[in-house]
Order: sequence, then structure tokens, then C-alpha cells
Amino acid sequence: MDATIATFLIQDGLTSGAIYALLGLALVLVFSVTRVIFIPQGEFVAYGALTLAVLDGGRMPATASLLVCFGLFSFLVDLWAMRREMTGARALRSAMIDLVLPAAIYIAALLLIPLGLPSLAKALLTIVIIAPMGLYVYRVAYRPLADASVLVLLIASVGVHLAMMGLGLAFFGAEGLRARPLSTGNYALGPLLVTAQSLWIYAATIAIIVGLYLFFEKTLPGKALRATAVNRLGARLIGVPTQFTGVTAFVLAATIGAVSGVLIGPITTIYYDTGFLIGLKGFVAAIIGGLSSFPITAIAAIGVGIIESFTSFFFSSYKEIIVFGLIIPVLIWLSLGVGQHEEE
Amino acid sequence: MTDNLRKAFPGLLAILFLAVVPLLSVPPFWITLLNNIGLASLVAIGLVLLTGVGGLTSFGQAAFCGFGAYTTAVLTTAYGFSPWITLPLSLLIGALLALPLGLITVRLSGHFLPLGTIAWGLALYYLFGQIELIGRFDGISGIPPLEFAGYRFLSGKSIYYVIWFFVIATALGARNLLDSRIGRGIRALRGGGQAAEAFGVDIVRAKLTVFVLAGIVAALSGWLYAHMQRSVNPTPFGLNMGIEYLLMAVVGGAGQIWGAIFGAGIVLLLKEILQRYLPELIGSAANFEMIVFGVLLVAILQISRDGLWPLVRKLSPERPDRQIAAPAGSLPRRAMPADGTSLLRIDQARKEFGGLVAVSNVSFEVKSGQIVGLIGPNGAGKSTTFNLITGMLPLTSGSIFYAGEKLSGMSPRRIARHGIARTFQHAKILPTMSVLENVALGAHLRGNAGVFRSFLHLERQEEATLLREAAHQLERVGLAAHLHRPAGDLALGQIRILEIARALCLDPTVLLLDEPAAGLRHAEKQELCLLLKKLKQEGVSVLLVEHDMGFVMGLVDHLVVLDFGTLIAEGRPAEVRQNPAVIAAYLGGVAA
Repeated sequence: MDATIATFLIQDGLTSGAIYALLGLALVLVFSVTRVIFIPQGEFVAYGALTLAVLDGGRMPATASLLVCFGLFSFLVDLWAMRREMTGARALRSAMIDLVLPAAIYIAALLLIPLGLPSLAKALLTIVIIAPMGLYVYRVAYRPLADASVLVLLIASVGVHLAMMGLGLAFFGAEGLRARPLSTGNYALGPLLVTAQSLWIYAATIAIIVGLYLFFEKTLPGKALRATAVNRLGARLIGVPTQFTGVTAFVLAATIGAVSGVLIGPITTIYYDTGFLIGLKGFVAAIIGGLSSFPITAIAAIGVGIIESFTSFFFSSYKEIIVFGLIIPVLIWLSLGVGQHEEE
Repeated sequence: MTDNLRKAFPGLLAILFLAVVPLLSVPPFWITLLNNIGLASLVAIGLVLLTGVGGLTSFGQAAFCGFGAYTTAVLTTAYGFSPWITLPLSLLIGALLALPLGLITVRLSGHFLPLGTIAWGLALYYLFGQIELIGRFDGISGIPPLEFAGYRFLSGKSIYYVIWFFVIATALGARNLLDSRIGRGIRALRGGGQAAEAFGVDIVRAKLTVFVLAGIVAALSGWLYAHMQRSVNPTPFGLNMGIEYLLMAVVGGAGQIWGAIFGAGIVLLLKEILQRYLPELIGSAANFEMIVFGVLLVAILQISRDGLWPLVRKLSPERPDRQIAAPAGSLPRRAMPADGTSLLRIDQARKEFGGLVAVSNVSFEVKSGQIVGLIGPNGAGKSTTFNLITGMLPLTSGSIFYAGEKLSGMSPRRIARHGIARTFQHAKILPTMSVLENVALGAHLRGNAGVFRSFLHLERQEEATLLREAAHQLERVGLAAHLHRPAGDLALGQIRILEIARALCLDPTVLLLDEPAAGLRHAEKQELCLLLKKLKQEGVSVLLVEHDMGFVMGLVDHLVVLDFGTLIAEGRPAEVRQNPAVIAAYLGGVAA
């Protein structure tokens, strides 16, 4: 191996590491606020990438209809939940969120797509379609389980992952798609050739990290989220609506997932089940961060990306085995730290 | 006898049904489905033990099927072994690989454990696809069928009987195991680990036992699969199948052995319907079962977290209470130490939690045949002292001796071996287990039957003596009327008494009681007082934390007073009562 290959591999690792960092951050965010280990995070990535690819073809993405279905389902669950204490105002509010919002997005997509949007607009449209799904997923799958143990929530997450992956297969088919880059072009940086897309990835990752930092440090909803993460009951007692913080966390996670999808879609071919594997690598990073530390997660994600790019160069067929095998020593180390909790 | 028959009736009916099905002219499609249900049931039974009973959630069980299937595939195709020889070898490989994986996995705590199983589940799947010996992603084909006395089990109908024989045998064995001394230890893993450890159950070993057992039955399923399918490749041993097996266990319900078979049946029937009929109906060939399974998993957790089997069981007639068989002999008793010798000596014990000193260089002694009261205001460090003595917490410094032998540094279960039994301030019982079984957990160290004998129920003599002992102790404390009720149904005061009975089952020389009279009515307190006095006559020493001063003063020989972790007074009750420091601690600083 010479220096050129090494720098190339590092650059490659940085690019995928940045994506894993985004996903890892979303996982830490969701876990610390809601105690949900959000395995379906990767599905948002796949949805995002596939939606962008379909938009590139000038067609209507199936995720728009899926969003309407999610909204409808969520509305039914809402109605069922308030069957005993139905009020006009509450029903109207549900209808606005669950029916009008997705319908509006659907119609907007229907009108905008034939106009031949520029690539940045397509990326934004993708994010707008995917982000609200976080809300409905939380409403339908997790809110009824808010009192359950981490373990039950984890099993539920696996169920949501299965359902969302199945929906991805049903709506996008088994074939992989590749989106067009946000902007084309290469820049020579000494011996390195940096693609415009990877610059987008670095910029978006940094922007989201800074954005999350400002959100958590400087805004009231952000502080409410942190308070819920530290002590759910305490936060509720001082008047933080904990269900609202749950929704916020999930919508943020879906948004980050969609952004990651938009970023990774043009680099690699995405299949309906690719998201899961990408998400799991974000997971490896989040776990190294103890599902609680944002900075450690981000650094670990870069590490995972670099390890992955080196292993795929040297022992390509053992890439996945090494990356997932890596979690186990980390888990052991973490378990030694926390000791046993009886009442889990 | 009629009782036994009535109990076994639904099971016999089910077995008869299973035996008859292939004789009727059902389409082969149903036989194949039943075969698959049988294979999945085996894995699900293992998962019920592991997840439902032991509380260890695993998404990686499919990999163990792979171990079993690949072992027999390689040995029969490349080396010409007979399948009947590879059967024990497949199970052995399953066990041998489960051991190191289990050693790692059971040490993971909380939600790290299932995440760990996802990680190795995935890694093993990719590994299966990379190993040359087992044909990489193409797998191995041309595996010979099972053969017995010249008969080749080629058809689905013939191997059907083999599969279901193993399913029923495994289910009965697993049920036997749970209904045994070892089984009580395993059932305590979920939410009762500390109590079990205090009575000598080796928690890590119990976890490892279920993990390896679950691995072995999954390997058995893999072995059968290889000889039914006659070819193997990595697909059925991946994470998706692992998730599907967990779904079966969740559908069946936590801790329900028969529920595992039920859950496997529901899930595979549903899969068949979705794969076979749904595409015809809506004219598309997508994999809808993934969506439906995902939704089903979430829905069951939301609506009926204990699965569906308990709902089915409600339909069947109520079972009669089990009879406790008359034991052949009685349990040997421990020799009680001579009266007045120093039994338990706490020497400069100190416990710090970060900057907080919970127990500060406390020394006192419990002499054999004495009842010693440990009193003090809230937060004085009484329960912490108990936890130090029983090894639940490690000492920061100082030491604790039992009859001259150093206890500090030992695990709770080794300390229990010395005859030191305790109750807990916050009662630690297993609410779904019967009162009798909860108490029998206390007698864990007085039996020695292992997993194998329990699996085959060869230890019934010993089990009868343990249960009889538990029943005897329950009679002694006045709970004889509630033997077969779930312990969670008892009132709080009764649960505390149950804990005393459990402690007595250890045949203790020293009894550590943490607020035993809390929640008792006056008459019950008097009965408890009489019981403790009687124990004292038998030579049992008692160390007692209690807030009811009337109760303590009338009972104890010696009183030790703690305040803010420091020993402020000790002596005979009458003396201590006059002690100004004690009065100050209880009535406020100015009184001095």
C-alpha cells in the first residue's frame, strides 16, 4: 500500500463515516429522549435515497403515497385512542396533522415534479416527504408503548424495521436505484480528487452537527428535549410535554435519515434493504458512544467508516464480519461499566 | 390418577391429532407446513427458555440452526458419516459454539444484550457465506436423507414423525426442566436475580445454561432441516430468520413452552397464506409477510404483551392444584454452632458510595443463639450493612467473619453456603411463581440435581423433599393456606413472611431479617415474635433491622444502634434505651 491508496481510502472512509455519524447522532438523539433503540433509522435512509432516484427520473415517488397511508393509519389510531373522549377540536387537530399535511405534500409533489426541478429542490422535496413519517411512526408504533421497558421497545423497533423494509420492497421493488449527484464536478486537492458530492456530505454533516448543537443549547424546545432525556418524570413535573419531545425526536431522526439518504443515494446503489446495513453502522458508532454521547458517536462513526474502507480494500469479503464483530468487544466494555440493573 | 389423566388430556389429544394427520389424505402442502412448524417450534422452545423465562432476548438463534445444519451437511457429504452419528455431533458443535458466544453475551447488560445478538447474528451470517468448506453462499447440496433399518425418510410424511417426535420430546423436557430446582433458578433470572443469588443460585451459570440449551435445540432443528431439505445455504440462518423466531416466541407468549409451538404455527401459517394467496388476490408478488410480521410484532407488544397463548389457555379447564408427593426421606440439617460462640463478626466495616460514607467503620458481633437488633433512623446504613454482610455490596475497607472465616470478598452465593439467609427490605419475590415455588428457591443449595436429570425428571425424589421442606416452612410461618397461589397475589405483610419462610428453607445458622414486621397487623407481629423465639431455641441466630421499637425491645438480646453510618451505641436493650446519644438520634439533636 502506498500513500496514494492510503489517502484515497481515508477519504473514502471519511465520506461514509460522515453519513454514519449523522445516523449515529439520530440514534443517540432518539434513545436519549425516548429510550427507543431506533433500528428502523436506516429505512429512512433507503426511503430518502430511493425517493431522490425516482424524482430524478421525473416520476412520482411511491413514498408520497406511503406518507398519505401512514397519515391515514395514524388518524385511525388517533380516533380509536380518543373514542371515549372525542372533541371536535382534537379530532380537527388530528385531521390537520394526519390527513391534511400528507395530502398537501402529496399534491405539492404532484404539481412540482412535472416542472423539472433543479437537483437541490428535488433533495428538499425528498426530505419534506420523508420527515413527517417520523411523526406517524412514533404515533402508531411507539407512543402506545411509552411506559414499556427498553427491551420491549427494542423488540418493537425490530418489528417497525421489518414492516418498513417490507414496505420499501413493496413500493420500490427489489432492484437498486442510484440518484444523480446534487452537483457534478471534481476538485483536485493535491493528489486527491474530491467530488462535489462528497463536499456536500461533509458540509451537510457539519451543518447538522452545528444545528443540533445550537438547537440543544440555545432553544427552549431543545432544552426541553435534554431535560426529558435526563429525567422523564422530572421533565413532566416541571411542565415539559414529554409526548411532544418524543415526536420532535422522531421527526428530527427521520429528517436526518432523509438527508443521509439524499447524500448517499448518488454515491452508491441503494436497494430496499441497504438502509438497514447503513443504519447498523451508524449504530455501531452510537453504541461506542454509549447511546448517550454525541461527540464520541461522531468520532466513532468516522472510525467505523475508515475501518470499513480499509477492510474492504484488504479483505473485501470479510468487511461486514469485521465491522459487526467490532461491536461485541465494545458492548462487553460498556457492560462492565454499567453493572447489572435488576428491574429492567 | 384421574387427575393426572385430566391434566394430560389436552396434550394427548394434540399428540393423537398430530399422529393421525399424515394418515388422512391431506395435500402434501399441509405436511410440509407442519414439518416447518415443527422445525421452527424447536428453535422457539429454546427462545422461550432463553427470552421468555430467562429474560435474555436473542435475535441470533437462526445462526445456531446453521451450526447444526452445516455440521451434518459437511460430515455426511464430504466424509460419509451416517446422519445418526452426526446428530450428537451437530448438537455438540451447537453447544460448543454456544459456550463462548454465551460467555460473551450473558455478560452484556440490559439492552446491550439483544444488540450484541444482532451483531453476532449478522456477522455469523456473512461468515457462513465466506467459508469455503461449507460452500460459501451456494451452500452444500446432496445431503443424504435419514435412514433407519433400510428405510429412507425421503418423503415429507416420513420425516414428519421424526420431526414431531423431537418437538414433543424437547417440549416435555423443557417443561420438566422449568419445574425443577434448576428451573427455579432459571425462572428467577428475570427480575429475581438478586434474591436467587442470595440463596446460592449461580446467576451467570444459570444464564449460560439456558443459552447453551437454546443453542442445542436450535442445532437440533438445523440437523433435521438439513436432512429434510437435503441442501443448505446461509439464507435460513440469517438475521431475518432470527427475528422471525423471536416473533414466534412473542406471539406464543413469554415463558410458555406450548406457546412456542402455537406461536410457530401461527407465524408460519400466516406466512404461507401471505405468500401463497395474497399475490393471487392482488396480483403482485411482493413480500408482504415482512410488513405483516412487523406490524404483528408491534401490535402484540401493544395489545397483549404476554402473547396469545395465555388467551388460549383460558379456554381450557382449570387445572387442579398439584399434589406434593410424599418424600422418601427428609433433608439433612446443618449442625448448629454451640451457644454463645462468636458467629458473625463485623470488623471496621466501611462502605463509601462516591463521596458518601454509608457505613463508617462499624464493628459488632452476633453470638450464636442470639437475637441482635440493628436499629437507627432512616439512612443510618442498616440495609447497607446487611448488603455488606451478604456480599451484595463489596466493602470499601474492613472485614466480616463468619465463625472465624473471612466472608468479605466472597460472592453472595458462597456466603449463602455458610448458612447465612436473608430477607429484603423491598421484598424480592417472583410474583408469577407460586408461593411454594418461591419458598423452594430458598432450598436451592440443599439439592444437587443437574440440568440433565431435571430435563428427564429423574430427580423427583429430591424435588419432593425440597417441596415438602418448603411446604413445611410455609406451615411454620402460617402461610399453609396459600401454597399454590401466585406469590404476587399475597398482601405485602404476607410477602415479607414468605421471604422468612424462604430464608428458613436454606436451613440457616444466621437469619438476617430486614424489617420483617413492616406491614404486619398486631396479632401477626406476635406470631412472628413467637416464631423468632422458637428459632432461637433451635440455635438459629438472628440479626434484625426493625423500626417497631416495641417489637424489637421485647425480642432482642443485644441492640446495635447506627446513625449516619456510625455505630453510636450497643448493649442490652434496656441500657441502650437510656443512652443519651440514642435519644438524641431519635428525637433530634437538642435533646442531648
